[in-house]
Amino acid sequence: MIPEIGHFALILALFFSLCLSVVPLIGYWQKNRVLLHTARPLTYLMSFFVLVSFLVLALSFMTDDFSVLYVSQNSNSQLPIWYKFSALWGGHEGSLLLWILILSGWSSAVALKSVSLPKDVGPVVLSVLGMVSLGFLSFMLFTSSPFVRALPDAPLDGRDLNPLLQDIGLIIHPPMLYMGYVGFSVAFAFAIAALITGNLNASWARWTRPWTSLSWAFLTLGITLGSWWAYYELGWGGWWFWDPVENASFMPWLAGTALVHSLAVTEKRGVFKSWTVLLAIFTFSLSLLGTFLVRSGVLTSVHAFAADPTRGIYILMLLVILIGGSLLLYGLRASQVRASATFGVTGREAWLLLNNILLTVLTLTVLLGTLYPLIFDVLGLGRISVGAPYFNTVFSPIALLLIVFMAIGPFSKWHHTKASLLLNAILLPAVLAIVVAGLLSYVYALGMMAWLTLSVALWSALLIAKDWFVKVSAGTKGIIPRARQLPRNYYGMMIAHLGMVVTLIGILLVSTSSHESTVKLSPGESVSFAGYDFHFDGISHLKGPNYLADRGVISVSKNGDFVALLQPEKRFYSTSRQIMTEAGLDAGFTRDLYVSLGEKLSGEAWGIRLYVKAFVRWIWLGGLMMMCGGLLSALDKRYRKTVRGNNA
Amino acid sequence: MHAIRKKRLITLAVILFILSAALGLVLYALQQNINLFYSPTQIALGEAPENTTIRAGGMVVKGSVKRDANTLAVTFAVTDFKHSVQIQYQGILPDLFREGQGIVAQGKMLSNGVFSASQVLAKHDEKYMPPEVTEALEKAQQQTNPTSSSTLER
Repeated sequence: MIPEIGHFALILALFFSLCLSVVPLIGYWQKNRVLLHTARPLTYLMSFFVLVSFLVLALSFMTDDFSVLYVSQNSNSQLPIWYKFSALWGGHEGSLLLWILILSGWSSAVALKSVSLPKDVGPVVLSVLGMVSLGFLSFMLFTSSPFVRALPDAPLDGRDLNPLLQDIGLIIHPPMLYMGYVGFSVAFAFAIAALITGNLNASWARWTRPWTSLSWAFLTLGITLGSWWAYYELGWGGWWFWDPVENASFMPWLAGTALVHSLAVTEKRGVFKSWTVLLAIFTFSLSLLGTFLVRSGVLTSVHAFAADPTRGIYILMLLVILIGGSLLLYGLRASQVRASATFGVTGREAWLLLNNILLTVLTLTVLLGTLYPLIFDVLGLGRISVGAPYFNTVFSPIALLLIVFMAIGPFSKWHHTKASLLLNAILLPAVLAIVVAGLLSYVYALGMMAWLTLSVALWSALLIAKDWFVKVSAGTKGIIPRARQLPRNYYGMMIAHLGMVVTLIGILLVSTSSHESTVKLSPGESVSFAGYDFHFDGISHLKGPNYLADRGVISVSKNGDFVALLQPEKRFYSTSRQIMTEAGLDAGFTRDLYVSLGEKLSGEAWGIRLYVKAFVRWIWLGGLMMMCGGLLSALDKRYRKTVRGNNA
Repeated sequence: MHAIRKKRLITLAVILFILSAALGLVLYALQQNINLFYSPTQIALGEAPENTTIRAGGMVVKGSVKRDANTLAVTFAVTDFKHSVQIQYQGILPDLFREGQGIVAQGKMLSNGVFSASQVLAKHDEKYMPPEVTEALEKAQQQTNPTSSSTLER
């Protein structure tokens, strides 16, 4: 009975989303206030029923209701309780429900805040969000309802959650990722509303900016968590694989980053208007495309769990309608939102334009690399895979150039910057960075490319610090009061840019100064590797809640001093009959020691992978800093002012 | 020339320059890093190029896995049930590697007809079959027995 309530709630949510997509728009065209005012209550109703169905599904998971097909496929009575909850989004249907729940959350948040928007803009924005919900709710109800029963032959126990997903990282990674992905729907809805109402001024950008920064922050966190999870859970010490599913989340991030920057220009200078609108559409389309790629199973990868073609076609249609419709609307209406102002080729606008061009190019190269095997396959040219070297070759130089511009940009002034002024500001730090990076690369024998990259990183860090210092030491007030006066937006930018530098250093050092080795060890044997001695003490057997494990015990010492005890595991999950490798890790600020068990070879010997990963934590530290930057700028004071007064 | 037009021209030139540079880079990188898949039959017929990174895959032949006593070297054969190919590999095989399982390996063909793998991929699911392998099996099946083409479950 209870699962049926969830199903029914979902149907009600579909009904309200249908009303929400239609009624306020009719109200807008007929200038009917009553109809316009229905937007907010309809949003709340829709969100409420989505929440109800989510809670019902969660309840079915918690109470082991294996008569629900989806529960029986993704859970098991032996599963620890927190994994029973997160198993909800362990499969296709449930992760869609999470997607819709988060979309409802964002819609309700917009509805709450929409009181400060002009009377006709808020309802149109909500209505557009309603259309997106309508699309996904119908997709879910017609092709992939999680409430389908396995009656009358309900299984006694479930098939268990994929062991890969039985991990803390996978409890929080998908919700955060979706918060980001789906959050871009708000920017998208604002863009569509601007096209419909023809009302695109500086306040439009000001409404959109905090939502975009916030989604961007969540997406950054989601990707960072995903990378961290892949690093310790997949057992080969990689932190990014250019897997299609990773690319699917990375493309909206790249486009979203461009959007965050172009919105700044549109707000401050009133230029790039139509481009910003296009970018908002583009970013959300990439989120949808990512969902399509992952959910339809069209690309096969570690994460692809859905393989039903009817779903693929439905979501493809959805994609075509949403993206095609938006682009059509854009084509019809964009000429009305052309900027009246112009921008200077030497001003900050130009640097931000460069930022946008480079980020767009990066997005397109990742898109091409991701879709290339698909295109190849569709054209019948054979099965290919595009290797990580493609992405590294193309991505690295463009990204490095982008970081160079990121360093210079903040020093330029809006509209016009004197070249001599700019040169003066950046020259000395550049010399300093090149010398220091050169020394470091020489001492640690890093090579030419590392020298270049390290120079750029140090130079950017110096410039960011210098910019802050120049700003706080101007005037007579003293440093601390000045530092407090600087807007949060500025600190947001500063921290996000610094985060970028930290990540860059992490990526550089992990790829130049890490060591790895695969060895065959019997208990009692030792191996010296990268300055450490790894001693294989032996294997112990233990029993987890739903698995049996062989746990290796490896003590690591350096010059005779004990460093760490690593305990990698090889787990056998009895229900799903799957084997999982759990790495043994000793995390550190400048290095990680990482050990994973391979197979048991002849006798008592095991194949063991050893890694010393230099500065790998910096990659995620930078990601967290970028997230904080995004949050800070979303919380800037001026977004909290009601905009009703000044939207002339 | 108008100031605005000049500005647009500069912008356009910059965009074109960056785009063409990126395009060049993409084409170069794609040329180097596309790995075509070859089935055991294709390899047996000599279609696979030597010393180029390619992918090969099939079902691991039962009883073919041989490990070296002292090192991590291992050899095994994969088959599409029509032809099979020997694969040599140095290192730790993935968790789900076992005899009878479908796998894909990335590496190069040696002149003696052995495939030297730098990477062996087996997915984290017992039921999972790499789509390349499924296709290869179906093709091999079709060639031997053209009347019943779809007996292999997808």
